[in-house]
Amino acid sequence: MVPLSWYLTVAALLFVLGLYGVLSRRNAVAILMGVELMLNAVNINLIAFWRYTRPDNVAGLVFAIIVLTVAAAEAAVGLALFIALYRLRETVNVDEIDLLKG
Amino acid sequence: MDTLLVLIPALPFLAFITIVLVTNHDKKLSASLTIGATAISWLLGWYFAFRALLHPEHYASHPMRWEVPWFPGGHSVFVTGFQVDVLTAAMLFMVPFLCLLIFIYSLGYMEGDPRFSRFFAYLALFATGMLGFILADNMLLAFIFWELMGVCSYLLIGFWSFRKPGETHIDHAQVVRARNASLKAFITTRVGDTVMLAGMVLLYAMTGSLRWSEVLSHETLEMLAHKVTTVPIFGAAPWATVLAILIFWGAIGKSAQFPLHVWLPDAMEGPTPVSALIHAATMVSAGVYLIIRTFPLFHIVEGYNGAMWFVAFIGTFTAFFAATIGVAQFDIKRVLAYSTISQLGYMFAALGIGAYVAAAFHLIMHAFFKALLFLGSGSVIHAMHHGHHVVHEHGHHEDLGGLEFNPNDMRFMGGLLKKMPITGWTFIAGGLSLAAFPVVTAGFWSKDEILAEAWHNGHFWVFWTLAIAAFLTAFYTGRQIFMTFFGEPRTEAAKHAHESPKTMTYPLIILAFFAIAGGWVGIPETFPVLGHIGRGWFQSVIATQAEAFHIHVEHIPFNPTPALISMAMALGGLAVAWLIYGTRPLGFEDPLERPLNGLWTVLHNKYWIDELYQNTIIAFAKWLSVTLYKFDDVWVIDPFVDGVGRFGRWLAFTTRRFIDEQIIDRLVNLTAWVSNLLGEWFRQIQTGQVQNYLLAILLTVAVLLLLGVV
Amino acid sequence: MVLKVVFLLISLFTVGSAFMVVTHRNLFSSALFLVASFFGVAALYVLLEATFLAVAQVLIYVGAIATLIVFAIMLTRGMMSGRTSPRNDQAVWAGLSSVVLGLVLLYVVVYRVRWPVVEKPVPPDTIERLGSALVGPYVIPFEIASVLLLAALIGAVLIAREREI
Repeated sequence: MVPLSWYLTVAALLFVLGLYGVLSRRNAVAILMGVELMLNAVNINLIAFWRYTRPDNVAGLVFAIIVLTVAAAEAAVGLALFIALYRLRETVNVDEIDLLKG
Repeated sequence: MDTLLVLIPALPFLAFITIVLVTNHDKKLSASLTIGATAISWLLGWYFAFRALLHPEHYASHPMRWEVPWFPGGHSVFVTGFQVDVLTAAMLFMVPFLCLLIFIYSLGYMEGDPRFSRFFAYLALFATGMLGFILADNMLLAFIFWELMGVCSYLLIGFWSFRKPGETHIDHAQVVRARNASLKAFITTRVGDTVMLAGMVLLYAMTGSLRWSEVLSHETLEMLAHKVTTVPIFGAAPWATVLAILIFWGAIGKSAQFPLHVWLPDAMEGPTPVSALIHAATMVSAGVYLIIRTFPLFHIVEGYNGAMWFVAFIGTFTAFFAATIGVAQFDIKRVLAYSTISQLGYMFAALGIGAYVAAAFHLIMHAFFKALLFLGSGSVIHAMHHGHHVVHEHGHHEDLGGLEFNPNDMRFMGGLLKKMPITGWTFIAGGLSLAAFPVVTAGFWSKDEILAEAWHNGHFWVFWTLAIAAFLTAFYTGRQIFMTFFGEPRTEAAKHAHESPKTMTYPLIILAFFAIAGGWVGIPETFPVLGHIGRGWFQSVIATQAEAFHIHVEHIPFNPTPALISMAMALGGLAVAWLIYGTRPLGFEDPLERPLNGLWTVLHNKYWIDELYQNTIIAFAKWLSVTLYKFDDVWVIDPFVDGVGRFGRWLAFTTRRFIDEQIIDRLVNLTAWVSNLLGEWFRQIQTGQVQNYLLAILLTVAVLLLLGVV
Repeated sequence: MVLKVVFLLISLFTVGSAFMVVTHRNLFSSALFLVASFFGVAALYVLLEATFLAVAQVLIYVGAIATLIVFAIMLTRGMMSGRTSPRNDQAVWAGLSSVVLGLVLLYVVVYRVRWPVVEKPVPPDTIERLGSALVGPYVIPFEIASVLLLAALIGAVLIAREREI
């Protein structure tokens, strides 16, 4: 059987890659993609821990489903925001959105 | 019932307040208020006066009283109030009655004056002052009313001291004269009052009280008489003498005695009723009354009595001195003014030789005939003014011998007896009374009494001086009568003069009655034949009062010598006047002007006393004020103040330059600069980019994790 | 042994796709690689015997979220052309700190912690129990999630709506 640490390693790599995407990409949609990757990494963790420690307890699955739900909601709202932003500023580049610059 | 005493001065005061605040637009109502209030005061006054005069034995030592606690003093409450003893009663008989007559007379005299209501308001206040003064039962209250009279005299003498544009009843010269005269009266009397105030303060310090009943009690007076103090220059003197002389100075100012007499003749600038009020009923009588009231203080010192001597000297000298000036005046009112000064001198002389009763008697009698004379002269002036006006309207211009027309000037009168018989005959009655025409007139009885006392008590220098003054009095009175009422009219104005209205003549008739018959209440019992009519009623009443003050009144036997001398002087003076002024027509020049020559000039110019004061005391005061002004504004104080100011400015400038600008400002700027620098630095962190913030968060989390792991 | 090989292959596919997502210049390609990565994750779920989750993953992520993302990319097409760099100025720092974080995470989860692993089979009625749990003990998170979805739905419509200002 595959060791738990392997799954955790994959999840960690996915998370770090998502994080890098969030921090380095200029396009807001790309940043949203990074976020989705990070959420997936979390879900992998949740399910892996469910499978390897408490397979008879469905709590891990329940929270994975809730994370899924939140991701969907986030995608929907994020998309709406981008469209509104694009309409206002003609851009979705995050580094051009700096109204709070000191 | 005694509480009603307070109404006597209060009613005129209420009239004054009402006129000033409410009714000053209604002339008739204002005048009615004053006269009505005074009339009620008069009736009340006579009620109290006759109560006291008819029972002198009781009221001399137990006056009617009304009193209230005023303010707390050091050890006791200062009680104030009004009182009526026999002496007050005698004054109360005279003052409100004369005031009332004068006020009624003013109705006619002041008719048409633009400030008619105001005049009556002042009159009411004046009456308040005098009534309050004679009724006051302590010296402080009396002093307050005394000063109130001073203020009123200032207001009334200067009544014509300003005019609105378009007013023609007075000319500019008169305005200036009235202004100066009112100031002169006020300031001159103030000199005496200041000394008197010092006396009052000392009296309070010595006795702890100012109530007449306590101050003039025999024990207090004995104490004052035996306590000796040292006065600079004069040496040791009893306190009683010192206080008496200090208080007497107040009377010198108020009653216009020798050094301070200069204000009274100038006071003629006021309307004539005011002159009558000042000369007869109020102001000048107040001074004499004050000395009669405080006479026990003068009298108490036995042996050599400096205060009495001083009073006698001032009185006698003034009586003579003023009489000489009166001889050489042309202004009808000025002659009367000097006669007033002279007659007041008589009263003081009488007091100085201890003739307490005679002084009081002469005070009352003089008030009546002098009021009559002033009102009569007012009537004459009124008529002359009117006559001049008529002549002027017809366009006549006559030669007055190079003189300017003046309705007061006797040289422009003459023959007025036919034009205005009531005024003429009453004036003659008053004049004879002033001249002490023997037996029939009031003036004879009162003046004769003074001379008799002087003779009896052996004060021969006083007697002879007063006798000569009596001669002069008779002479200038005769001169006045002959110049004014007899002969032919010397100007058109005099030809066109006619009798005054009834409001003016009726008071004259009433006063004429008193000027003649008033003296009969005081005919000495010992006088041959006539003594049985009067029985010396007045003397006995006042003597009762004097006895209550522990002053012994001697009943002097009749002595024909002084009586005959007195008669001779009076008749002689009148006869000489008739010879000079009555026997031939007069021109604009006085018949005595040439024969007397230099002396006439001296007399006519009143011994140059005014000029003397002007060039010494007033000049000194002016010099002093100019010098002090220069000391203050030019030489010392102002430069000093300016110096302090400059130093302050320099200090402020330097501080600003070297401390504020160099240190404080730089510190403040440094703070701002540092803040700015830090802001410039830290604003770079605030990029406004979410990703930068996220990176920062990541770095932080990474570091924390590292720390946790390691 | 076979399972391990399969796992390694799937893992490699998933992580590789993810790497392409964050590095590819073309945004549209990134989106396609993202879909691939989602499929990999679904496969991992299958390996973990969470079949229901795997299906849900494919349905929601691939069917809904990825489609939404593609829509977003196409609606904001102006930025797709790649005429500027897809990375921002802090990309190097971001990469470095991500690597550091990854290393720390790996150190922790792989070596530091001894996970209490139990060798137990998955119960056959797992999906039934999951359904009961969602309407039983976890009914409140379930309902909150549904409210969240409704709010997101309304919010998205409201935000994206063309305004008549």
